[in-house]
Amino acid sequence: MSDTVSSDLARPSAASPASRVLKDLLRSRELAVAVVLVLLVAVTTLRSDSFLFGATGWRDLLLTPSMLVLLAVGQTAVIITRNVDLSVGSTLGLTAYLTGRLFIDTNLPIVAVVLAGILMGAVLGLVNGALVAFGRVPALVITLGTMYIYRGAFLTWAGSDRINADDMPRGFRDLGTESILGIPVLTIVAVVVLVLVGYYLRTARGGRELYAIGSDPEAAKLYGLPVTRRILCAFVLSGALAGLAGVVSAARFGTVSSSVGSGVELEAVGAAVIGGVAIFGGSGTVFGAALGAFLLVTINRALPVLGISDFWQQAVVGLLIVGAIVLDRVLVRRQERRLIAAREHGPDTPTTPSTPAATGGPRPAPVVPGGGTNAGTSPRPGADSNEEVVR
Amino acid sequence: MSTLIDHRDAPTQAPRTYAAYARPWWQRVVFSREFAVVALLVAALVYSRSQVDYFDGPQTMYYLFRDSASILLLALPMTAIIITGEIDLSVASTVGLTSVAFGMLHADAGLSMTVAALLAIVIGAVCGAFNGFLVAYVGLPSIAVTIGTLALFRGIAAGLLGTESRTDFAESWTDLAKDRILDGQPYPMILIPFVVLAIVFAALLHFSPFGRGVYEIGLNDEAAHFTGVDVARTKAVLFVLSGAVAGFVGIYTTLVTGVARAENSVGLELQVIAAVLLGGVSIFGGRGALHGVIAGVLLIGVIQRAMLLSGETINIINIVIGVLLVLSVMSTSLLAGARHLVAASKGARSSGRTPHSDKTAPASGR
Repeated sequence: MSDTVSSDLARPSAASPASRVLKDLLRSRELAVAVVLVLLVAVTTLRSDSFLFGATGWRDLLLTPSMLVLLAVGQTAVIITRNVDLSVGSTLGLTAYLTGRLFIDTNLPIVAVVLAGILMGAVLGLVNGALVAFGRVPALVITLGTMYIYRGAFLTWAGSDRINADDMPRGFRDLGTESILGIPVLTIVAVVVLVLVGYYLRTARGGRELYAIGSDPEAAKLYGLPVTRRILCAFVLSGALAGLAGVVSAARFGTVSSSVGSGVELEAVGAAVIGGVAIFGGSGTVFGAALGAFLLVTINRALPVLGISDFWQQAVVGLLIVGAIVLDRVLVRRQERRLIAAREHGPDTPTTPSTPAATGGPRPAPVVPGGGTNAGTSPRPGADSNEEVVR
Repeated sequence: MSTLIDHRDAPTQAPRTYAAYARPWWQRVVFSREFAVVALLVAALVYSRSQVDYFDGPQTMYYLFRDSASILLLALPMTAIIITGEIDLSVASTVGLTSVAFGMLHADAGLSMTVAALLAIVIGAVCGAFNGFLVAYVGLPSIAVTIGTLALFRGIAAGLLGTESRTDFAESWTDLAKDRILDGQPYPMILIPFVVLAIVFAALLHFSPFGRGVYEIGLNDEAAHFTGVDVARTKAVLFVLSGAVAGFVGIYTTLVTGVARAENSVGLELQVIAAVLLGGVSIFGGRGALHGVIAGVLLIGVIQRAMLLSGETINIINIVIGVLLVLSVMSTSLLAGARHLVAASKGARSSGRTPHSDKTAPASGR
């Protein structure tokens, strides 16, 4: 390892801003997932042209992931705060049914129905958030409980009847098939949501506070951040996006059956994990999660084309998730070792060449630059990256 | 250890000793989460027997035990795993995989039932070892690992069998799985291995150094490490046990239903975890006991049976179970809040040294 590399590692601000941005980009998880996704699409297209260039191929490629992207974005906001929302699948089912029901029973305009769906999801998310934030109980358990409750409510309400395509107005169903400039409407909706949430999380104060809370809840509280309110907001966002995903699924498939959305919660968590969102909070971006969702859905569609029975699809997904977290771990370890080496004998202390008095003192702390590499493995992963970096 | 010399008042005073427990034994038994669950179970049983038609019929308890058996068995290792602060979401997928493996080893590879069953248990243990290795030795968060292996193991099962199934099993084995221990009594055969395993797990968890280590890891794994507990090995062993028991349940499910297919027991992991948490095990680790968990599983079973017999749909039952789960978890913090208030009002008068300041849970996330 050369000296220049190690000095850059210990003092990232020494490098020029442009090269830092470039390095961060090259090292980012988002780029890695995107490359895998592009390779997958390319290989599959070589096998069969219609995967990308066929009449429905291009549309399906963009349209199919839109539902999971919405869920993954909401899930990411929750996971970043060191919580998890397992009830999104049930919320999705409930709002999808609500959408159909509203079209049958009332004459509300389409916009009002869509808003009602989102509102319903937000209320369900609010229930989760209130139980988690005020009850001081782990989200895993609460949302496991509300997963049962919401799905039970959905199935009781729906009974044996299902919503068919004829029950919904043409204009609404067309949303599921129409495109603007070759891009399906629903995909545009998902991307707009993704960019808005991504921008908020990256730049807004509220977004940064979500990361701070997930990084170290105790410290966030001591620092005076509105922990309860922020966690509540994250759950409401996740619920509202699950509600939107329910509306999207009704528009896309034209029917609402009793099984809609079951099992999708684990897919959403999986997409976030593949996209580099640390399961113990504090790091990761919605863009990574969205790319993870894209990758998961595209693999499902690509496997049969590649000649692998689609029964193996789930195994591949599982392997991807396990691979992603192992990779995260390996990268973090390597980064830690490099940083320690850089600190111990790097020429990065120009003003005080040698201060032997401090030998025992400063423990080299693992610093994790870049958004997506903190795998979150120790009980308090965020704590490590925050402390005594400066010394 | 439990001595403290009060220097201010009387320097010559003998070392002060503290009682081993703050409360007498009967209070410790009665005012516990486990006792509350057992009491609820008894209440539910009494109510159902008197108010629900046919609940005291000859078949009810038999089917209750037979249907709860999988959850009862899987809850044993799951309890220990959750007490260490970890979680295993992949058990149901391991059940599916071992069920498929059992069916294929017997029907396609032509092995005898016994060999196929043994191999299935080994496969389950290997699945558990895979989880255990990643969690304990690589140090990855168990919730992420087991969400991955949840998909992976189920995916392998689906890849091996697709939508097919294997149904030709020896009559003697399938009958054995459905048999009763004594004719006319409502106890199915599966209760024998369950009771044996329950005793083994209770001894392991509550009456062995290994078990004390399990609790210690859940309370503070670094402290456990410094007191000589091999944290990684303990966790790995528990995951292997979980996998092996899941393998056994895979065989049982196959024999009881008569088919080996990839979709066996989909979603069972959440029922197992719900039952374990209902039984009073803290999701933060370090707290819980097996008798509470067993009562929790049976409580869910009784409620299910009683509601089915009184004509409710499975959906209403799921709502009730969900509400129970949320309430049972909330009750801990509600009780803690109430205790805090009581302690605060007392503290205004006394020295302010409250007997148990609420231990904040280890910051392990969920």
